[in-house]
Amino acid sequence: MTLLDVENLAVHFGGIKAVDGVGFGVDKGEIFTIIGPNGAGKSTIFNLISRIYEPTSGRIRFEGKDITAVPAHRVAGLGIARTFQNIELFDMATVLDNMMLGRHAHRRTGMLAHLFFGPRTRAEELAHRRKVEEVIDFLDLQHYRDQMIANLPYGVRKVVELGRALCTEPKILLLDEPSSGLNVEETEDMSFWISDIKNILGITVVMVEHDMNLVNEVSDRVLALNYGRVIAAGTPAEVQAHPEVIRAYLGTDETEAA
Amino acid sequence: MDRVLGRIWWLLAASAVIAFFSPPVLWLFGVMDGAGLTLYLQQVVSGTANGCVYALVALGIVLIYKATETINFAQGELMMVGAFLAFTFITMYGFGFWIGAALAVAGGVLFGMATDRAIIRPVVGQPVFAIVMVTLGFGFVVRAVVSMIPGWGTDTYALATPFSGADLRLGALVVSQDYAAIIVSTLVLVAFLFVFFRYTRLGVAMEASSENQLAAYYMGIPVKRVYTLIWGLSAGVAAFAGLLLAPVTFIHTQMGFGVVFKAFPAAILGGFGSIPGAIVGGLIIGIVEALAGFYLPEGFKDVAAYVVLLVVLLLKPEGIFGRVVVKKV
Amino acid sequence: MRFLFKTGYAQDTRLFPFGGTGRFWAGLALYAAILVALAHYAPVALNATHWLAVAIVYAVVFGAVLLRQNADGEGGHAAFWYGLLGVGALSAPFVLDLYFLSQITFVYVYAIAGVGLILLLGMCGQISLGHAAFMACGAYTAGLLQAQGFDLLVTLPAAILLSAALGVVIGLPALRMTGIYLAFATYAFAFIVEEVLARWDGLTGGNMGFVLSDPSILGYTFDSEQKMYYLAMALFVLTLLAGLNIRRSSTGRAFMAIRDSETAAEAMGVNLAVYKTTAFAISAGMAGLAGAVYAHLLFFISPEGFTIFLSINLLVLAVIGGLASMHGAVFGAAFIVVLPQLISLTKDSLPPVVGQLPGLESGIFGLVIILFVIFEPMGIHGRWMKIKTYFQLFPLYKRGTFKRQKSYMVSEKNR
Repeated sequence: MTLLDVENLAVHFGGIKAVDGVGFGVDKGEIFTIIGPNGAGKSTIFNLISRIYEPTSGRIRFEGKDITAVPAHRVAGLGIARTFQNIELFDMATVLDNMMLGRHAHRRTGMLAHLFFGPRTRAEELAHRRKVEEVIDFLDLQHYRDQMIANLPYGVRKVVELGRALCTEPKILLLDEPSSGLNVEETEDMSFWISDIKNILGITVVMVEHDMNLVNEVSDRVLALNYGRVIAAGTPAEVQAHPEVIRAYLGTDETEAA
Repeated sequence: MDRVLGRIWWLLAASAVIAFFSPPVLWLFGVMDGAGLTLYLQQVVSGTANGCVYALVALGIVLIYKATETINFAQGELMMVGAFLAFTFITMYGFGFWIGAALAVAGGVLFGMATDRAIIRPVVGQPVFAIVMVTLGFGFVVRAVVSMIPGWGTDTYALATPFSGADLRLGALVVSQDYAAIIVSTLVLVAFLFVFFRYTRLGVAMEASSENQLAAYYMGIPVKRVYTLIWGLSAGVAAFAGLLLAPVTFIHTQMGFGVVFKAFPAAILGGFGSIPGAIVGGLIIGIVEALAGFYLPEGFKDVAAYVVLLVVLLLKPEGIFGRVVVKKV
Repeated sequence: MRFLFKTGYAQDTRLFPFGGTGRFWAGLALYAAILVALAHYAPVALNATHWLAVAIVYAVVFGAVLLRQNADGEGGHAAFWYGLLGVGALSAPFVLDLYFLSQITFVYVYAIAGVGLILLLGMCGQISLGHAAFMACGAYTAGLLQAQGFDLLVTLPAAILLSAALGVVIGLPALRMTGIYLAFATYAFAFIVEEVLARWDGLTGGNMGFVLSDPSILGYTFDSEQKMYYLAMALFVLTLLAGLNIRRSSTGRAFMAIRDSETAAEAMGVNLAVYKTTAFAISAGMAGLAGAVYAHLLFFISPEGFTIFLSINLLVLAVIGGLASMHGAVFGAAFIVVLPQLISLTKDSLPPVVGQLPGLESGIFGLVIILFVIFEPMGIHGRWMKIKTYFQLFPLYKRGTFKRQKSYMVSEKNR
């Protein structure tokens, strides 16, 4: 069943066509990777799905419903969670606060109730905390729980970012370069977690990635982009053997016009 | 929504321009008589002169902001110190106008550099808001210290300039020499600064240090020296402004405080961080104020600047020349 | 996992960690009752020493009750110390002379506005240079409604709601602005509000000002310094509780998220427009409440009492008090009330050459601000945390505990 369906998506920034007629479908329960050289428009597509950018044309459908006009803050409530390429954590808060914020989309009490902090609010806080502790156990973040993000090393921040996205209990998870900046061991941990997210938690994963080993290890299907357009789609092996893809990454014998 | 606001912005800006040029047009068509036009032009000239002072103070604020991302609430006090120095050198020590003025500006530059070394350098790296608080506190301190210095104190002083003489006459228009001097000097200074930033590497170094200090260090930019230089330059511009303003408002400890609360809207109106924007913003605020004071009922003169500011911020939050910086995620 | 449930991260949701809350409230209520009873039925005129003795005895009993540990073997330390503070605050009118009492009342009033400003500035990261306008709105609302014959039960909620509405009016355009733009937009609004108040003679009395009389609730009039003290204290405690409740709820977390990264906050489902406007509304409502009480304390309000100087004072309150926590409101309020008094007092003992200098007060005020920002950027609250941690960790406290790595300035344009 197609969970996420992107149809003919395009966004123009002035004269630059960052994304130009991209279309793909992501099935439920699979790991779908988008690859491509830098500047190909991969993060831009994520930003379009998260509704941070407005598309110039095209449609995005999630679970059959058209979400192209949905405001950005409603996306989490629909079940779409994402991480950011340059880590958008809340630096002046603790790991716990960051992850508790991931539960924001699931709150049932209003701001007025929070002013008085009655029993319902307290019960909801405890329920959220329980869920967050589950994610902390899943990602082994126990001893970082009360530390401020500003004091944490880069590798841990990436994991916290993943954890915060998981706390939103998403149906689909958009990971923007999950292994960038991580060493070999951390990348292995990341690949295990991504597989666990698919197999144990049952969450569909869409990933932008450069590390081809990671791509081969976890992906079910791959989409290759270049200059905002799709150049290949299929299984990891098919896409990596595709001549267009090889040309995009390695170039050709002819010199490009400067 | 943005598109609608953008359209309204162009509509209002166009109407403002039309309203500004309507008196001369009305005069040309004989609807308004010569006296009405003269009155109008008087207001424009005095507004332009005031606007030049606002523009210079705003320029100083923007210079510091461009280099250090610090918002200097004490800019008015730098101007005030410059004016007092001018009074000291010209009148008290009797050096005569031109030498005294040069000394005053030089003194202002030194004062600005000293301020940077002593007050601002220890707080760099803290959130912007903390630095704003420091400049605010510094403003209090400077006002207090100036009022304590013997010979300055809490009195008001006049400044004798070569321009305080007869008024210029352009047809029926009477322009006081002070106003003419202000406008001409501002033009000269702006031209000088334009050349200075165009043909030296300081401009680029300035922008680099404000974007990312650590990276600027790595690129070999002597960041601290750049900051001190910019503070000196900004204080010099402020002293220059004080010199120009002194014949009009006289020299006293509160002269900076009032101007700074018109200069900030000027800088914001022009697009905070844009040097031509500061000049344009200052002129707009000055002229709007003068015209509002003349044509509108009482009380609107004070509010005019802020109404203009609010309207611009509502429609174009980045100001006239401001650049919209969208964070890339 | 079981041990987590057992210790209860439930304790993380409490106002006082590790319990003691129920016993705290019970003890405090009992103390207040004893106080009232003694005030009415005492056979002799009780002087300050008597009251001090009563306070000490009660504090000891109170402390013993609180320190009785709960089932997990953890004590109610915070509750005990706050209880002692509460005991002191309740006894103050009987021990202090009227002048100091009225000063402390002003501290409460400024602290109410301070809680609001710290919520907006420290938690949500929005600058407001116009809080004086909200205080003015609350003050004039309270005064005008009182003139119509309404008592506090109507005027206070009206002051809060009207100021909150004004906060929404200012907050809506503020959605599109940040930093210096927002600061000056709020200042421009405040200036216009001040002008309106001055020009609208018919309603507000213009620059001649507006006179108020003693406030009352359902026939009970607050006609003495002591009664106003209790009123201000009660309102402050309620405001502080509201602020603390927001802080530990998901609304507070959303505010902090907006401060640190708007993009990520939106991606997590925070409706920026609603939350920013609400932050302005709550902050303005609290300032309005402060303004209403302020008006009743002064008995006279005029537009000149609500200028940029008041807004700057409130900002200084927030920054010097400490933006990180609601405690900063009390510290900051104490600072802005006490410092000018201290300077006036020491002025007399200084040699006339120095003491009679004009502008000495504002000069020292500015100097203290500069020194605080350079040497103690976390504010008085920060210094208090350091002192507390020193005693808690004694003798293992290290001077670098709160030191952050040397930070280089990075442009805020890309936040």
